[in-house]
Amino acid sequence: MDEPTRRDTLECMLWAGTGLLWSVVGGVPRASLIGTAEAATAAAAGFTFAQVSDSHLGFATPLYNDVAGTTAEALRALGSSTQRPSLVLHTGDVTHLSKAAEFDAAQQIFGGSGLEMRYVPGEHDVIDDDGRAFLERFGRGAGPGGWSSFDAGGIHFIGLNNVVNLQAGGLGQIGAAQLAFLEADLRGRSASQPIVVFAHIPLWTIHAPWGWGTEDSEQAMRLLARFGSVTVLNGHIHQIIQKVEGHVAFHTARSTAFPQPAPGSAPSPGPIRNLPADRLRSVLGVTRVSRVEGNRPLAIIDTPLGA
Amino acid sequence: MSLPPMRRRELFAGAALTLAVIPAARAATARIVIDDYAFQPMELRIAAGTAVTWENRDSSPHNVVSSATPRVFRSRTMGTGEGFSFTFAEPGTYRYFCSLHPHMQAVVMVT
Ligand SMILES: [Cu+2]
Ligand SMILES: [Fe+2]
Ligand SMILES: [Fe+2]
Repeated sequence: MDEPTRRDTLECMLWAGTGLLWSVVGGVPRASLIGTAEAATAAAAGFTFAQVSDSHLGFATPLYNDVAGTTAEALRALGSSTQRPSLVLHTGDVTHLSKAAEFDAAQQIFGGSGLEMRYVPGEHDVIDDDGRAFLERFGRGAGPGGWSSFDAGGIHFIGLNNVVNLQAGGLGQIGAAQLAFLEADLRGRSASQPIVVFAHIPLWTIHAPWGWGTEDSEQAMRLLARFGSVTVLNGHIHQIIQKVEGHVAFHTARSTAFPQPAPGSAPSPGPIRNLPADRLRSVLGVTRVSRVEGNRPLAIIDTPLGA
Repeated sequence: MSLPPMRRRELFAGAALTLAVIPAARAATARIVIDDYAFQPMELRIAAGTAVTWENRDSSPHNVVSSATPRVFRSRTMGTGEGFSFTFAEPGTYRYFCSLHPHMQAVVMVT
């Protein structure tokens, strides 16, 4: 097997919109197009989980006028696929305004999907109550701070909350209490166990002027440095961006509601306004991750709702 | 008798600003629009006693939170079309931000 060069990796990122399989081999990402034999092998066996993000239930503009519909479609596609995931992570902004009716809609769509769900809050889910209402409904396994960890399929999952107590001019924030939890949670754990960290705001700085990063993410990454396979899954920016650093693969997911512009490419991070309506489904979607049997790396596939 | 220096400057600035020094019964008002993840204007200068209203015209929710400790004001989060008002009684420099999108920062200067 050839290991791709850094340049190959960057070129592959450009293909993300059409669906790519990522498998991290020895800390180096290998990308292959969905539909190839190689991709099929990586995704076929073992434990599979998926990521959905930024459903923003309650949001509506003339262009993005059916976010409940596109979100439900994404969940149906996951539930009915031959690679039905054992687990679905929602990386936040479940609702648009933290309203009871929006939480109700979320429970119908996600709870009604029959899929095993785990959630972390986005800043839209913690409006005016620091997330109490959200955590009551969606914070299974999480304490009042909104963080949790659990094991599934041999992977150790850690859900972090980096959307509360944000400071003027700052980015997302994990905070001292949550970092202490992370340190205790990882202590004594075997470095060969794959780790998946999921949180709403990206745990690496994608574009600071838009707040697309987390103040104290480096402290978290230092605690994770000794692990051989770390996958970091984030939402918030409504588009796919990937980066690999050593044994750590960072990945942001598409939204199931509306797309946002590439970092710095527009005056503001607001929803893309000039998207042709027939392209909508190609910029919304879900992410699937597989753990191949044995002590192999995780493989990541992004699937748009439509071409 | 002379006016305090800041007052005097306002009076000289032009007729429109004389509104700011009329009695409190007809207090001045000012407006800040929130759109495209920004406060407009980002720097607002007003006289003490002015009531400022923020209006969210963005498709994203935003709020208005004083950056000072303790906080001088804090709005609830405003959805599209919602607003918040605060009357600045005391002169000073009031920095604020949106706690949902903390890169959104602006200031009200009260004289
Ligand atoms: Cu905001
Ligand atoms: Fe979002
Ligand atoms: Fe967000």
